[in-house]
Amino acid sequence: MSDEPLVLGIETSCDETGIGIVRGTTLLVDAIASSVEEHARFGGVVPEVASRAHLEAMVPTIQRACETAGVALTDLDGIAVTSGPGLAGALMVGVASAKALALSLGLPLYGVNHLASHVAVDIVEHGPLPEPTMALLVSGGHSSLLLVPDVTSDVRPLGSTVDDAAGEAFDKVARVLGLPFPGGPHIDRAARDGQITIDFPRGLTAGRDMERHRFDFSFSGLKTAVTRWVTAEREAGRGIPVADVAASFQEAVTDVLTRKAIDACREHGADHLQIGGGVAANSRLRAMARERCDRAGIQLRVPRPGLCTDNGAMVAALGAQMMLKGREASRLDLPADSSMPVTLVRA
Amino acid sequence: MVILGIDTSTSAIGVGLGRDGETLASAQRIDARGHSEHLAPLIVELLRDNGLVPRDLDAIAVGNGPGPFTGLRVGLVTAVTMGHALGIPVHGVCSLDVLAVQAGRPEGELLVATDARRKEVYWARYAVGAGSVARLVGPAVDRPADLPQEVRALPTVGRGPVLFPDLFRDGDQAVLDVDAGVLVEVVARRLAAGEAMPVEALYLRRPDALTTAERAAR
Ligand SMILES: [Zn+2]
Repeated sequence: MSDEPLVLGIETSCDETGIGIVRGTTLLVDAIASSVEEHARFGGVVPEVASRAHLEAMVPTIQRACETAGVALTDLDGIAVTSGPGLAGALMVGVASAKALALSLGLPLYGVNHLASHVAVDIVEHGPLPEPTMALLVSGGHSSLLLVPDVTSDVRPLGSTVDDAAGEAFDKVARVLGLPFPGGPHIDRAARDGQITIDFPRGLTAGRDMERHRFDFSFSGLKTAVTRWVTAEREAGRGIPVADVAASFQEAVTDVLTRKAIDACREHGADHLQIGGGVAANSRLRAMARERCDRAGIQLRVPRPGLCTDNGAMVAALGAQMMLKGREASRLDLPADSSMPVTLVRA
Repeated sequence: MVILGIDTSTSAIGVGLGRDGETLASAQRIDARGHSEHLAPLIVELLRDNGLVPRDLDAIAVGNGPGPFTGLRVGLVTAVTMGHALGIPVHGVCSLDVLAVQAGRPEGELLVATDARRKEVYWARYAVGAGSVARLVGPAVDRPADLPQEVRALPTVGRGPVLFPDLFRDGDQAVLDVDAGVLVEVVARRLAAGEAMPVEALYLRRPDALTTAERAAR
């Protein structure tokens, strides 16, 4: 049994209550309860609404995961939980629940980094991670380029956003275009009927910026440019070509993301690029990354969309890796750390 | 019948153990921001010090609040997850009821007022009879000055009088936070009386956010 640990993972860093169960490197179940519809009324994630939903969903989601996987809690070998980064109050619900499971069942507890989990999840999808792997994580909460020599112990941040996260830019532009929250899928859909007719700015890609911020991202200027463009058109009494604006905006975001990711692969001798996070579900990002990786001779790994967004499977996957590699467990006084640094893989 | 009690509705993280209606032990740590760090180790220690393991538990008692949301949820989610993992029932009680019992007052009326932050208190009014404590009004959350003068004049337990000494004149400083050992007794008594005790977070406030429609209406 010890070489195939059965691990339950809990993820509550934002608005999804995720429970996943992994045996070794095999995903048995990925159960999710999302409060996204409650947040839609507010036009964005409200931390207190998310935390209340986590409390309500926790036990039913654990129960559903176990039933679907045909696993009893007493069969488990370990518990893993996202201990950060994320929304403090939301994280605390997951961390407390994980501790309760660990102490009730007498199991080791692994408090793991949310970003490292986004990388580790691809192990259950596409097999062992090449070492090193380059990871591009893009969502409403993060935009990071990570060099990953060992996902259980060594994750090195190369760059991240200096202002808005990529997913935030999607949400804000969607609002400007009158599209619903969350913006990502709606912009993706609208863009399919559009043409790339507007040349929006690519943040931190030229001149001095490339010296100081070669692997960093900035999406706030892009968001402002879209807002200005739309406002100017409205003031001129013209209708807004929503599909074209969506396509042009999406092109600018994916151009910067893929360009910098491939540059980072070359610079650090990584011949594998993995993309994760909610924005990885974007169809244009997937297509452009595929095309540019092929041209650069880089292997692209993208988990299926359900495993790119926040989920419990990714936490279980990383927990199982921790056990397989004999990493030390966390202590029961493990804190929920909303600003957990990415270099800290296990708290 | 062994019951574990958990309450995180105040700045104290409290745990308690009872057997057949008698309190075996209780422990607490005061740390308004440390609920998620301290609770699990406290439970492990309490069980170990009393020669028990989690499997020995027959039920769990938890304080439903009201209390500051983040800390309150730590206790609630710990209780329901442990109950599920161990396959035992979890019973919830209004935390203010426990403070009212802790007060140990002679017959008469009693006020419980705890810290709700934002210059407000969670409060409830009780009638103490021979061997009984019954909630008359509440739980509610209000600015203390908005409570009627005659209510504020009642003997008061909880941290309300510490925070607003001018408004609550008859505060009892001996009873400030929930004792989870007393919580276990309260649950044992209600179980014996056949009362249902659902676990439900008593938030008493809506989340602080406006819906898109509300924002537009401003
Ligand atoms: Zn994420």
